Amino acid sequence: MYRHTMVASGIAMMLAGPVYAADDLSSIRSEIDQLKQQYEKRIAELESRLQVAEAKVDAAQQAASEALATPAPVPRSNSFNPDVSLILQGQYADLGNAASQQISGFLTPEGQARPSKGFSIDGAELMFSANIDPLFRGSAILTVNDEEVAVEEAWFQTLGLGNGFNLKGGRFLSALGYQNEQHPHAWDFVDNSLVYKTLFGEHYSQDGLQLKWLAPTDLFVEPFLEVGRGAGFPGTDRNRNGAGAVAAGFHLGDDVGDSNSWRAGLGYLSTKASERSFEGSDPLGVDVTGDFSGKSRVWLADFVWKWAPNGNPKDHNFKFAGEYFHRDESGTLNCDDADPLSPSSCAGGIGGAYSSSQSGFYAQGVYQFMPHLRTGYRYDKLYRGNVDFLGVDAAATIGSLSKYNPSRHSMMFDWSPSEFSVLRLQYSLDKSAEGQDENQWFVQYIYSLGAHGAHKF
Amino acid sequence: MNKLKFSFAVLSLLATGAVHAALNVFACEPEWAALVKELGGDEVKVYAATTALQDPHHIQARPSLIAKMRQADLVVCTGAELEIGWLPVLLSESGNARVQPGQSGYFEAVHYVPLLEKPARLDRAEGDVHASGNPHIQTDPHNIAKVATALAKVMAQIDSEHAATYDKHEQSFQLRWGQAMKVWEAKVADLKGVPVVVQHDAFPYLENWLGLKRVAVLEPKPGVDPSVSYLAAVLDGLKASPAKMVLRAAYQSDRPSRWLSERASIPAVELPFTVGGNTKANDLYGLFDDTVDRLLGALK
Repeated sequence: MYRHTMVASGIAMMLAGPVYAADDLSSIRSEIDQLKQQYEKRIAELESRLQVAEAKVDAAQQAASEALATPAPVPRSNSFNPDVSLILQGQYADLGNAASQQISGFLTPEGQARPSKGFSIDGAELMFSANIDPLFRGSAILTVNDEEVAVEEAWFQTLGLGNGFNLKGGRFLSALGYQNEQHPHAWDFVDNSLVYKTLFGEHYSQDGLQLKWLAPTDLFVEPFLEVGRGAGFPGTDRNRNGAGAVAAGFHLGDDVGDSNSWRAGLGYLSTKASERSFEGSDPLGVDVTGDFSGKSRVWLADFVWKWAPNGNPKDHNFKFAGEYFHRDESGTLNCDDADPLSPSSCAGGIGGAYSSSQSGFYAQGVYQFMPHLRTGYRYDKLYRGNVDFLGVDAAATIGSLSKYNPSRHSMMFDWSPSEFSVLRLQYSLDKSAEGQDENQWFVQYIYSLGAHGAHKF
Repeated sequence: MNKLKFSFAVLSLLATGAVHAALNVFACEPEWAALVKELGGDEVKVYAATTALQDPHHIQARPSLIAKMRQADLVVCTGAELEIGWLPVLLSESGNARVQPGQSGYFEAVHYVPLLEKPARLDRAEGDVHASGNPHIQTDPHNIAKVATALAKVMAQIDSEHAATYDKHEQSFQLRWGQAMKVWEAKVADLKGVPVVVQHDAFPYLENWLGLKRVAVLEPKPGVDPSVSYLAAVLDGLKASPAKMVLRAAYQSDRPSRWLSERASIPAVELPFTVGGNTKANDLYGLFDDTVDRLLGALK
């Protein structure tokens, strides 16, 4: 710009200049040349100054945008607080008239209250998690109910072991199976599957250590080993040194194209029970009570397959999950009247060798047919198998261990306006108790508040 | 002694599982995978965790993703909570110490560009809001250039053996990218001030770059699908301030924008949004070539 003006004025000067004699011309030329040189020198100087200035402006702009990009964090006293989230869950249930709905043919965990009829809340689940330091992460999940706070999980996990190793310690949900690591708010149905109800109550949690190793392959291969106290059903607290329960297994998983993915696993749990109490009835329906001591071994196989068009589950997706278990128990069983005034087939107390070999499975499919709306079906089936007490079939003495294969059909329909809320309607035809087929209706809500939960597989 | 050294070498090789032939990069989104390829060339092996047809907000921590992250030397993601629903699970399950947040193997692109639309109010009642700002930064080529500078530095730091290569690639990329931007910017002068409707608030950086004027969003709140009555209200609003086109990303359902397009008689434009969004957007250059072409095409 400068240059143009100067050159133009130079030309103008030349044109406007008076006409000199020819001999003066050469001296004038040289003067003009000198002028020209001076101007060019000044122009060059100005240009270089301009370049420097431009570079400075550029640098200043960049610095400004960098300052914008990385704003200084505002220090606040709660900046290091753990992530907190709260799950609110409740339901309305319409159930049959029977006082209890105990699974027939199996020794089941005690204290499995049947869901309350009518309106009820399932307590509130409170979760905390944060990195502890560069080496560890910690998490705790508490369930708060009337007059009771239960520690569902409370564990640390390593962050930096590397090479695919992950060590977890404390109380955690075992890596056995698929549904085991899910909390009730992540279930696809209102209630637990019969498989898990029979095997563990709600789920199997360990007080101990878990070591997982992830293979460095494109196929997901993850073996795990857990040692723990073994206090949870089917084991009992035996207050001894060493490990009360050992679980081991592996999971495999991969994608098939962009639209399909799967995970499969096999797990084994070995634990022992000492005076694990049970409640049942004799063949005539008189209540009996007793306990089991001995070994319990569980095999659990799981398979999950998910489909979403192009891997985008937002509008449509389908999920299939199924698990199969086989459990062997052997030891001694004691049995007595629940009420001394109403004598049963166990009157006076009897005890002796007990062994069982039982299995079961569930299979469920959940389809999201339009955004936010899903429907699903689940089938539960348990195989009573062989149960021997005192050398003969246990049904002869204990009626609640009768030769009956429990089953259940469940249909559900749910609506999630966002990933933080679910409203669910479920119908079940429950045939888990012999001779007590029952129609069950549930309406359930699940709300999560606070930190964003994870989209686990 | 030599024998001992050798056996240690073999052991450590076995322990790490594989021979480090190339820098193994896990990219959360296809645009970063493409950028890593531009900067790394043959020195890198890159895996894109999502495709252009997937909504990066809604991905599950699939076993295959965990297995890929386990092997990564470098994780390149957008950040700003775009991947909050799945990335933390991958990181904690991967057992890979090199790529944990705070390590040099963990790279978030949003730290190198100024973010737009930082929410004034953080409340889930406002829908899917991102506390640190809108994370869809890849729709402005200037942001790509800024991220490239930072990413090349990180790649050179992790894989110092090939630092010179990454530096060379970065310089040549910046040169070509700068020229490409000049070409795009020369073409898009007509787009300045053009009023548009967007299906999801996914394009603030594109709007900012091209000077597009957003007059409506087809979501009552970010991430919340519109009802017909909401769409009708938007349609009504367009009478007062008409728009020239309605934009959506390739991964989104075409229903809301088609609904509006038919009734307001304006073209619905599906933008590739990221690399792989359509057959023409097969790399970063193609992404912007196609984006610009589609916008200009809709203007005619």
